[in-house]
Amino acid sequence: MIVTTASAAEHPTRRDFLFVATGCAAAVGGVATLWPFVSQMNPDASTIAAGAPIEVDLKPIAEGQDIKVFWRGKPIYIMNRTKKQIEEARSVTVSSLPDPESDQARVKEGHDQWLVVIGICTHLGCIPIAYEGNYDGFFCPCHGSQYDSSGRIRQGPAPANLPVPPYQFVSDSKIQIG
Amino acid sequence: MSGPSDYQPTNPVMKWIERRLPIFGLVHSSFVVYPTPRNLNYWWTFGAILSMMLGLQVLTGVILAMHYTPNADLAFKSVESIVRDVNYGWLLRNMHATGASMFFFAVYIHMFRGLYYGSYKEPREVLWILGVIIYLLMMATGFMGYVLPWGQMSFWGATVITNLFSAIPYFGESIVTLLWGGYSVGNPTLNRFFSLHYLLPFVIAGVVVLHVWALHVAGQNNPAGVEPKTEKDTVPFTPHATIKDLFGTCCFLLLYAWFIFYMPNYLGDSANYIVANPGVTPAHIVPEWYYLPFYAMLRSIPNKLAGVVVMFSSILILVFLPWLDTAKTRSSRYRPLAKQFFWIFVVVGVLLGYLGAQPPEGIYVIAGRILTFCYFAYFLIVLPLLSRIEQPRPVPNSIADDVLAKTGSKTAPMVSTVIALVVAGALFAGSTQNARAEEEEAPPSQKWSFSGPFGSYDRGALQRGLKVYKEVCSACHGLSYIAFRNLADPGGPGYSVAQAAAFASEYKIKDGPNDQGEMFERPGRPADYFPSPFPNDQAARAANGGALPPDLSLITKARSYERGFPKFIFDFFTQFQEQGPNYVDAILQGFEEKPPTGVTIPEGSYYNKYFPGHAIKMPKPLNDGQVTFDDGSPATVAQYARDVTTFLMWTAEPHMEARKQLGLQVFIFLILFTGLMYFTKKKVWAEAH
Repeated sequence: MIVTTASAAEHPTRRDFLFVATGCAAAVGGVATLWPFVSQMNPDASTIAAGAPIEVDLKPIAEGQDIKVFWRGKPIYIMNRTKKQIEEARSVTVSSLPDPESDQARVKEGHDQWLVVIGICTHLGCIPIAYEGNYDGFFCPCHGSQYDSSGRIRQGPAPANLPVPPYQFVSDSKIQIG
Repeated sequence: MSGPSDYQPTNPVMKWIERRLPIFGLVHSSFVVYPTPRNLNYWWTFGAILSMMLGLQVLTGVILAMHYTPNADLAFKSVESIVRDVNYGWLLRNMHATGASMFFFAVYIHMFRGLYYGSYKEPREVLWILGVIIYLLMMATGFMGYVLPWGQMSFWGATVITNLFSAIPYFGESIVTLLWGGYSVGNPTLNRFFSLHYLLPFVIAGVVVLHVWALHVAGQNNPAGVEPKTEKDTVPFTPHATIKDLFGTCCFLLLYAWFIFYMPNYLGDSANYIVANPGVTPAHIVPEWYYLPFYAMLRSIPNKLAGVVVMFSSILILVFLPWLDTAKTRSSRYRPLAKQFFWIFVVVGVLLGYLGAQPPEGIYVIAGRILTFCYFAYFLIVLPLLSRIEQPRPVPNSIADDVLAKTGSKTAPMVSTVIALVVAGALFAGSTQNARAEEEEAPPSQKWSFSGPFGSYDRGALQRGLKVYKEVCSACHGLSYIAFRNLADPGGPGYSVAQAAAFASEYKIKDGPNDQGEMFERPGRPADYFPSPFPNDQAARAANGGALPPDLSLITKARSYERGFPKFIFDFFTQFQEQGPNYVDAILQGFEEKPPTGVTIPEGSYYNKYFPGHAIKMPKPLNDGQVTFDDGSPATVAQYARDVTTFLMWTAEPHMEARKQLGLQVFIFLILFTGLMYFTKKKVWAEAH
């Protein structure tokens, strides 16, 4: 077998260098080869394109009404809140909320009546029902979480407020989500 | 695997596992200390290469199955979306498709090694038969895999091969209906082929386990054909065979990478880039190259049932080889007559392969019959006869003696056989190019900016070509695989995302239904695809005198012409892949007012110099001055043809630049790594010799 002399044990020989070099090259090549096999599972170009921002016309939504649109496979509630709903949302002490957040931080300035939230309960993912529950907001029938008219969690097992998706007003009656 | 292992681990965890499931001992005795003859040559590395190819095909196949849709209406498009949209999808698809060819290339070498060195002889008969079973499973797997993209060749190949079973008397038709799941090849057939194509490789893996087990019982054969007698005859499998196999694998990977990155369509058929059409049979139905010899034998026999029987027998006869060739001397090295007949047999196989791609006419038929006879004569007449009458040369006393006796003669047989195989391989590969044997004039070869290993798309040409398509071709031809967002992709026309969005918004796209239940039109968005000018094929035909203007997305890959001998051999080395663009460019410029004397063109058709049959339904689409270019390029037919063809090459292969770039990196790495492996192998084997 491989005979090691005293000198070979002290100084790495040319043979060792060769083996180390080959081993390193193999490792680098292996990782580089593996990357495409992993990367292919990420969303492909057509999925990414289908998830492009969408525009929603707000004109058909009367005061006190809401619609549900889908973006990137997720349901999004767009609610035209009544004055009463806005007051109820703003009269709460923010620090007393399970997930403290002011109503102003969850809507766009100058467009306070429009609430845009992702309609997925932050507990285990069911879709809460609009205009239900004790807070004039949303009620999730799966485990009883209650959200207020700003989409914030008030009682029930859900830990967080209904998330607000990225959106902006392209005009007073049109928003772009995403 | 003969008796308990002598592997004693020191690590307590290893000891614990080993006592309950001695898997480390199994690996140790089978692949580490396993005694391997020390005189094996590189033909013996193909077992390891085949194992790697099986693993790679399974891995790439499982991943492709994550994105593929096995439905007749969706399959072709799903394969295109893998190639266009999935991250590295083009790479995975190329790996799997060329991997199948490489798998068969390796298995043929592996089998011919077995034939030459008598590896099928006692006590390795079961090993050999298991190998034949693996080969049959591979053929079934490859056949079903080729059907999955649902191109023209997929569909018609499936029709021809499943129809073979109708030759069986009485039950034939019922068996075919059972296979089809319908009255013809259709969606049920595709679905079950997908399921079985996914299943069979794992069956192959199981038989491979049996194959390796049978091998380890008898031990490996070796070039001298003399069994190991003492310890001096063998070396431990690790590191000697492991490193040598790895080096052989690296060399094989270089060839594999050549196809994946630079010649992905060389071994395929351009007709498979056309969606399956049950109403139109391609002019030449040709299987993939690895089935060609058997296809030739099938077509040589004028009787349907006899042809099928002959074809299957040509494979099954391999099973009987240990009893047909009973010569005591294993290796053909020491059998001068058997050696020559072996090489004649190889040539017969290659010629049969070549014939399989030719139209079954004239001299090809006669040659096919003679060669089929020769094929069977080798097994049924030559080998049994030689067993009786041949005087073999004396074999070495032992493997150790064989190694010591080697002077320079070791390399010589390798060189001659390599040359023979290269010629054979080139003929084989090129024969698939000959399937479209035309007496027509071949389109002139143009210079394209995207040809060769460093080719890239001329951005200006792509943008001008898009303009030509939009202003001229889009009136009749769709481009449905291209989305507006692709115009901003890297390696394309080079528009910005905003420009692509603006381009899209000029189009009216049908969408809906809206809340009233009606379809409506809206401006195009980047995610939309180029709209087709007609709502369906029937409307397209009605508007074009009964002819269907093809969608142009894949046209430069769906058209080809025969390059002829010896061009197709040079093409492999020069990476020539531009038949499609040459053809499209020639068609666009090949219209002539008056056909030559003696040629009549039917009413409603036009004369085109390069269109097969010369009568094309499309009127001359391009005229000078038709399109003005912003960059001042000449407004001539030649310029339009060139630019739109470049554009259409991009629509057919949007990721070509990425493919060639990654190919360069892979090649540099592989060459360096192969070099490192070569020196590592030499060092590891230094003591052994």
